[in-house]
Formats: sequence, structure tokens, C-alpha cells
Amino acid sequence: MEGKPTPVVPFANLGYKPTRTSETALGELVGRLGDRMVRFAEEALGEELDARIARIRMHPNDAGVDPFGFDPATARYALALAAFLHRFYFRSEVFGTENIPEGRVLIIANHSGQIPIDGLMIGTSLMLDADPPRFPRSMVERWSADLPFISVLFPRCGQVVGSPDNARRLLENDEALLVFPEGSRGISKTFDRAYQLEAFGLGFLRLALETGTPIVPVAVVGGEEQLVSVANVKTLAKLLGMPAFPIIPQLFLGMPFPLPTRYRIHFGEPLRFDGDPDDDDAVIAEKVGEVTGAIERLLELGLSRRKAIFW
Amino acid sequence: MGKARKRPSARASRSGASSEGSEPPAEADAKAKRASARRATPRAKKKAAPPAEPRPRPRARRPAASRDPEAETRDGAVLITGICGRLGRLLTRKLHRHDRVVGIDRRPFVGRPKDVVHHQIDLRRKKTRDIFRAGGIRAVVHLGIMHDPRASAKDHHSWNVVAFQKLLDAMIQFDVPKLVVLSSANVYGPSPDNPQFLTEEAPLLGAQQFSGIRDLVEVDMLAQSFFWRHPETETVVLRPCHILGGVRNAPSNYLRLERPMTLMGFDPMVQLIHERDVVEAIALALQPGVRGIFNLRGPGEVPMSHAFRILGKRTQSVPAPIAGAVLDRLWRYRMTSFPTPELDHIRYVCMVDDTRAREVLGFQPKYGLEDTIMAVEVER
Repeated sequence: MEGKPTPVVPFANLGYKPTRTSETALGELVGRLGDRMVRFAEEALGEELDARIARIRMHPNDAGVDPFGFDPATARYALALAAFLHRFYFRSEVFGTENIPEGRVLIIANHSGQIPIDGLMIGTSLMLDADPPRFPRSMVERWSADLPFISVLFPRCGQVVGSPDNARRLLENDEALLVFPEGSRGISKTFDRAYQLEAFGLGFLRLALETGTPIVPVAVVGGEEQLVSVANVKTLAKLLGMPAFPIIPQLFLGMPFPLPTRYRIHFGEPLRFDGDPDDDDAVIAEKVGEVTGAIERLLELGLSRRKAIFW
Repeated sequence: MGKARKRPSARASRSGASSEGSEPPAEADAKAKRASARRATPRAKKKAAPPAEPRPRPRARRPAASRDPEAETRDGAVLITGICGRLGRLLTRKLHRHDRVVGIDRRPFVGRPKDVVHHQIDLRRKKTRDIFRAGGIRAVVHLGIMHDPRASAKDHHSWNVVAFQKLLDAMIQFDVPKLVVLSSANVYGPSPDNPQFLTEEAPLLGAQQFSGIRDLVEVDMLAQSFFWRHPETETVVLRPCHILGGVRNAPSNYLRLERPMTLMGFDPMVQLIHERDVVEAIALALQPGVRGIFNLRGPGEVPMSHAFRILGKRTQSVPAPIAGAVLDRLWRYRMTSFPTPELDHIRYVCMVDDTRAREVLGFQPKYGLEDTIMAVEVER
């Protein structure tokens, strides 16, 4: 192993030594534990997480900080955790990472599995399997900005509150943007509709046209079986103000965690579109159809190649 | 707690630097040294670069070589309302060597330069009109805005909206060709739904959560409608992010606190701008031909915790629901100057996109992040 990469210190480029207080002591403790976790992950998985983090291109503002609050020093802890899930728990197989172009790119995938582990897995494969590593920026729900700790954790890990304006800015910074156009309809679908795509939103394609961004279609196989939902009680969901209320049998069988299915992530060839971003819905929908077609083909391929769900 | 809480221009005097008394002398000394070092750089730069503002009416200018201040005077005076506030005095200091400066404020102008005419009157009084009637005013800079959360809504309305309306009426009557209004990015309001960067077209929702700034939003709107209805006057509305420095506004006061309260689990990205950079922007806005609304942003976005790290301050982090209740009580018993809705500023983002100010106004902040943040301690 070559020389250890220098540890990433939060906002080290600004060159400040914080005074010692209870909060900085807590920060140090978190930092030490996180550091240990990263080291452990690196040794156990044989991955060079820090080296990969160091290779991602940052877009700092004049103050030397990412304007969206992304901080690699925090993101490395999340990456270490995600790497465990990626390599050990879900043992993901990743195909076609060579299809990811340089520069700005929209990564469009099917959404499944009740909790957004598919996003985490795509993101981790972009960091660990793609070369050069790309740090995925994705759009999170607006209400996450209202939750304590989450509202800090998400931006530090590069996740941005969902708004077309933010997406445009990120693409103009040549970032890799991960989008699930099915949204919550896709993730909360019941098992009888497994691997069938819900209607895609059109916004992502208008954005791609506007910013001249290539679209990489992605199919995630294995997510549907992690938490099988047999029904979605919409009235209850509405009552509780939740996006969905899935009935998941395994929760009642004493398995309150996603099953260790094997994830298979297929990156397709990039699609490029031209046209007027403000075109009629029908025209845009046609182009969106090409993207869904590509994802469906990849899903079929992935499902036909899959011999077993869990290995 | 970021809402610009300017002292009312109407107030008799600024209460002195009482917030910061218990500082070890050695530390204070070191701070002062750092301060002077810091202050030296931008000033030196300023001296090196000659003021590049194009003159409005070149024929009125006499040769610049003359040392006589009168010789540099441009055609017409700049009227500054609320001139005795921190920003007003900084702006006067910047302008008075090249421009005739006239001030209106209820407060006396302590340390007034000899060539500045100051009228110690209320903006709402008829005498304001007389100042215009005397003629020779080529621009109005409106800084005379009050924001004191303790004052009544009626006072706010009368002082901010009615006075501004009267000022606008006088401007129409006496054909003043330029108006610069200092609004604030707070008119957009902090919210979890905000995009990371708000453009000038974003709706002004600041008063939705904090009705105390309704009148400030109204002033901004009045300036906007004046912009459309009176194209013969070049109207400029500036919306700077949190102004830091010797100003007595909420963000500076907050950063000056001995042990500031933060909300547990919230650390929004913030934009900060040095008061002298704001003055610079106002000077740029006074150039002929410039009109429109401009967001102003300082050296860049940083997590709020970072500002405290630079200041070397310990913070007291409190869970948000408790913080709301505690601040409510403290406010009621007059133990704090921060009303509860201002907590949103240390909870959600309210940041602006300053592309237009950079491209059209040609504004570039001169002060770096460290200088900007330390300005709350240094600039007095």
C-alpha cells in the first residue's frame, strides 16, 4: 500500500484552529469514531475511500467552500457506511460504468424498494466503481430542511433540496445529478407492479435540454425484493401526511430491515437530446419515452441475466 | 437571527459599545493588532486604484489635479436620508470629497465633515420638500429605514412607509434623476422551501413568518413600483445579504454575543457582506445609467458554525422547540433584542444570487471572509 492519504479536515483550506469547547470536543469524538470507521472500511473492503474522495472535483466558492454546503470530510463517513452496504450487505454488481461521460450528467433510474437504498447504491457505485469517481448530487425532499441534524447531514453529504433552480445550478457546475423521475409513486409501488415503471415526470428532460446534459439511463435490479409491499393504504397515508403507507409483511415477521437481496446496477449508454426546453408536453413526453424505453430494456436485460434474487 | 435591525434613524444617539466589556486586555490587544493589519490591506488597495466611477456630466468637472474639494464637486448633490447611521456616515465619508452631500436625519451628525450639509429634521416633515425645492439634488440615497422589533407597527408604518412615500412624492415633483434604496435580502425570508440561491425575481415572502418586517417589504415594493411608474428616474434597489461590521443590525449583534444560541441540528449556509462593501455598492449604484434591483453577496457562502469558528466563540446549542419557547419568554421580559421569528435565520437558508450585481453593477466584494466576519469586533 502506498503512503496513507492525508486525512481530510473539515474546511481545512480556511486554516482555522477552533478553540476547544464542548462542541468541538463532541466534534472531535465524532471525527475520531468516523475516522476509525473509515479506516476499518478501507481495510475490510480493500477500497481506498479517502483517495477516491480526494479525486472528486470540487467547485468551491470564493470562501473555499462548496456553495451548497457539501463537505467531503463529512461525506467520507457516509461513504464508509454506504460502502459496507454496497459490498457486504447487498453485494452489488455494477455494469457499464464506462458509459458515464465526463462533465455534467443526469443519471435517471427506476425507483423501488420502499426506502431509497437504490439511490445510495447508485451513488456508492459512482464513487467506488466508476472511474474517475463521481460524487452524486441528488435532490432531497423539501421537508428534510426542516428536520434537525438531517438538515445539516444532507447538505454536507452533497444532497440538495429539490428545486429546478438548484438542479440547474448543479448541472452548470458540471456535477453528476441523480434523479428518480418516478418520485414517491415509484418507490412505494406494490410488489405486483415490480419492475414496471410508473409515469415519469417531464421536468428532468426539460432540464437536460436547457443545460445540454447527457442522460444516463440506469436500471436497478434487486431493490423491489428488499421490502415487499402488498398494499398501499392511501387513506391512512393521507391521514398521517405520509407519501405512502405500505403494508410490508416482513415487518410483522420480525424482519424490520431490508432483505439482503443482491443489487444489480446497469448503467446504459448516454442519451443526448436537442430541442426547445419549453416545448409542448407531448413533444417532451416523446423524448421521455426514449429514456423510459432505455431503462425498460436495461431492466429486462438485468432480470433475464439474474439467476437468483439473493446471490 | 439575521433581520437587519437598524436602529431607528429617529433615535437620539447610538448606545455605545456596551455589549463587549469583559475582554482580557492581552486578547483585546492582539485583536486590535490583527484588526489594524486587516484593515490596512483593503485601504491600501483603495488608495492604489483611482476611483473609476464615470462622471455623470463631464462638462461640469473641472481639472482633477486641483486639491480644492470644491473643484471636484459634481453637478448636483447627493441627498442621504438616515445619514447619521453607520452606513450613512461611511457613505458620506466615501462620497463627500467628490460630491456635494446633503443629509437628513433626526439625529445630530457627530463628526460631520465640514463640506456636508446636514438637516436635523424628520423626513416626514414639510421641510424635506424645501430641501428639494432649493434644487441641485441629483440623487437620493434612502437609508433612513427603521427596524426596531420593540417599536409598534404603527411607528414602523409611519416611519418607513409614509416617510418613504413622501420622499418619493418630493422626488417626482422636483424631478430627481436617481434613487438608491437599500433594502435587504431578508425580504425574501428564510424558509425550508427556498432554493439555495434566490434571484431578484423570487417572491418577497419575508413577512410571511415574521410580520415585524412587513413595512420593510412594503418599502421594497414601493421602490419597485416607483421603478416602473417613473422611468425618468433611475431607481436602484439593493438587497444585500447579512451586513456585518460596526452596524447595529441583528446579524452583527448576534455575532457579537458573548455566547450565542444556536439551534441543535441546524447549521444553515449563510452569506455575509462587509459594511464597506455595501457602501461601495451604493456608490456604484449612483453611477448614471444604472437601474434595477440587485442582490448583493459578500465573499461567499459558509456554514454558520464557521463564522463562530473564525470569531473563536463558543455557542450554546439548544433544541429548536425549546429555543422558540425560551426566546419567547426572554423577549417578553425584555431580556433579549431578538424576536422569536428571527430564529428562522439560523435555521433555514436565505441566500441570494448576485450574478446581476456582478455583471451589470460591476460589484465585487473587496473584503474576504475573515475580514468580513471579524468586522463585527473590529469596526467600531
